Amino acid sequence: MSTAAADFGGPISPAEVDLSVDLCGVTLPNPVMTASGCAAAGRELDQFFDVAELGAIVTKSIMLNPRSGRPTPRMAETPSGMLNSIGLQGPGIDAFLARDLPWLVQRGARAVVSIAGDKPADYVELARRVGQAPGVAAIEVNISCPNVENRGLVFACDPESSYRVIEECRPHIPDGIPVFAKLTPDVTDIAAIAGAVSDAGADGVTVINTLLGLAMDPDTLRPRLGGVTGGLSGPAVRPVAVRAVWQIRKAMPDLPILGVGGIRTGFDALEFILAGADAVQVGTVIFNDPGAPMRVVRELCDELAVRGIRSLDAVRNAAHG
Amino acid sequence: MSATQAPGTVVSRTPVGDYHHLVIAAEGIATHTRPGHFVALAIGGVDSGMLLRRAFSIYRTSTTGRHGETVEIVFAAHGKGTRWMADLAPGDPIDVVGPVGRPFALPKEPVSCVLVGGGYGSAPMFSLATALRDRGCAAHLVLGAATTPRLFGLLDANKVGSSVHVTTEDGSTGTRGRVTDVLGDLVDTTDAAVVYACGPMGMLRAVADVAEDNGAWSQCAVEESMACGIGVCMTCVLPVEGEDGIVRMVRSCVDGPVFRGDRVRWDAVGTIPPGTLGGPR
Ligand SMILES: Cc1cc2nc3c(=O)[nH]c(=O)nc-3n(C[C@H](O)[C@H](O)[C@H](O)COP(=O)(O)OP(=O)(O)OC[C@H]3O[C@@H](n4cnc5c(N)ncnc54)[C@H](O)[C@@H]3O)c2cc1C
Ligand SMILES: Cc1cc2nc3c(=O)[nH]c(=O)nc-3n(C[C@H](O)[C@H](O)[C@H](O)COP(=O)(O)O)c2cc1C
Ligand code: FES
Repeated sequence: MSTAAADFGGPISPAEVDLSVDLCGVTLPNPVMTASGCAAAGRELDQFFDVAELGAIVTKSIMLNPRSGRPTPRMAETPSGMLNSIGLQGPGIDAFLARDLPWLVQRGARAVVSIAGDKPADYVELARRVGQAPGVAAIEVNISCPNVENRGLVFACDPESSYRVIEECRPHIPDGIPVFAKLTPDVTDIAAIAGAVSDAGADGVTVINTLLGLAMDPDTLRPRLGGVTGGLSGPAVRPVAVRAVWQIRKAMPDLPILGVGGIRTGFDALEFILAGADAVQVGTVIFNDPGAPMRVVRELCDELAVRGIRSLDAVRNAAHG
Repeated sequence: MSATQAPGTVVSRTPVGDYHHLVIAAEGIATHTRPGHFVALAIGGVDSGMLLRRAFSIYRTSTTGRHGETVEIVFAAHGKGTRWMADLAPGDPIDVVGPVGRPFALPKEPVSCVLVGGGYGSAPMFSLATALRDRGCAAHLVLGAATTPRLFGLLDANKVGSSVHVTTEDGSTGTRGRVTDVLGDLVDTTDAAVVYACGPMGMLRAVADVAEDNGAWSQCAVEESMACGIGVCMTCVLPVEGEDGIVRMVRSCVDGPVFRGDRVRWDAVGTIPPGTLGGPR
């Protein structure tokens, strides 16, 4: 068997690597974004790197109204990961559109706005308002939260409710703004959910959101989180995320995929691209290394350069050959 | 505020009582540090399975030593990450983010102040005392701990304090009891306008109450569990009442760690108190 390095020729200079990607007509200088909820609205990270240099900043999921989130403790460190039960704390759409989005736009960053709701009507209203706001590069619909109208079942756990949310909000978003549905891995067949949202009009999918987890406190012998269960993220979940991307790519050769889950290094990002991701997002690792998103860009570039690979198109889906 | 991420190097680690005094050479942090700021340290190296940063109050900084800019902290080894730190040796790399947070607010007038440090919580009090005295304020120090080895900085205290008062719960040094046992009288006799405090949450709550009962402002540096330390994750929140009377869940890493004691809803830490902005209805 030949190695990739042999296939692509000898090492090249990182300057010869073209990292740019076209995501449903939106050009990104590189495929690396922040993951929702791990970069707030970008402002704090701008101390550590120029947010405009990153592929895109994905904002924390924004809801219609201000939300206090869950009681503390809201996090627990786990081996190579963490559990969080933030409960979507945020300022609500009015404050977001007045303060956070304009900052990102003025800074020259590509803003991917994540929206989340308790019921389909919330998503419609959010889609309408974000869709009209200037400077939005894409919308990520976080359907990985519970639907209060349907016994608290997580939208993205069910193909029908996933379909319904996307079908209802897609018409309210201009055609030029791609819509990505963010999926949870806590399902039997993630490719089926991806199929449902694609049929409903999503331009692509973001995989994965956190996995539901639980950890106990050795002192109290009770759950460590105020919210009892929480979302598991970080390098510990990466193989699950790469598998989810691979399965969806296999089922849907043309569906744009944003891969997310435990990316820490440039090679981790490359793994997702080999499995079929068009672009990737860096989340929890930002807490460990606030400079990680741009470091991943540089390392990804180096990973391609040492293997003589000139563009992402040359390696995307390579794992499916 | 602007924080820097710097690849630091351990200059020294010295045991002091039950704690470790750690000196780290790291560029770009010392010059911007004010009393009350903290650093967030990455633990275990670049491949570490411990992903979350650990926060530590800045004890002091230097910009002129032979190691260039240095930042000093005092820590207790109790969990996985701090136990790893207790093995650090000169020359070891450690990634530093800092200075983070809002520092203590200093009075505009030359008033009398009381500074209360519980355990390693006294670490930021010495640079604060110096800053206060530089502007003509009196800085009376109260150091408290359960036992003598858990007191930190008695020598420093005698150098920078206008007066020094010590309490231990076992009575091995100073007055037997808690800091609050001596605080009320001290605020009274020194006619203190502000009480500054850093230490465990229970102590802060009690100090804020004593200050209020004695007609003084309080400035408390809180310790909440933090994942990022830089304001992006929303794990470190606690309920704080704003000037408008509305309670909000506020990030203690960047909106604190120093809060006005009368603004924190100490009784409700760990809950979402009724009436909180965006709270469950
Ligand atoms: C603003 C601030 C200043 C601090 N200053 C000091 C200091 O000067 N000296 C000192 O010894 N300690 C200080 N602490 C506490 C210190 O951060 C924790 O003791 C330390 O994070 C515990 O880490 P660990 O690896 O030992 O514990 P682990 O249990 O392994 O920690 C797991 C996770 O929980 C968090 N955590 C656990 N205990 C605490 C705690 N008490 N407070 C906050 N987060 C916690 C950790 O940060 C980590 O993310 C400070 C904390 C804060 C928030
Ligand atoms: C503290 C925290 C908050 C998060 N908040 C959101 C959110 O608001 N919306 C969302 O779609 N995903 C949220 N996520 C999930 C991440 O975007 C990401 O999908 C997941 O953490 C896996 O990636 P990672 O391992 O790189 O963090 C959050 C994750 C963490 C750790
Ligand atoms: S620790 Fe992340 S927001 Fe405060």
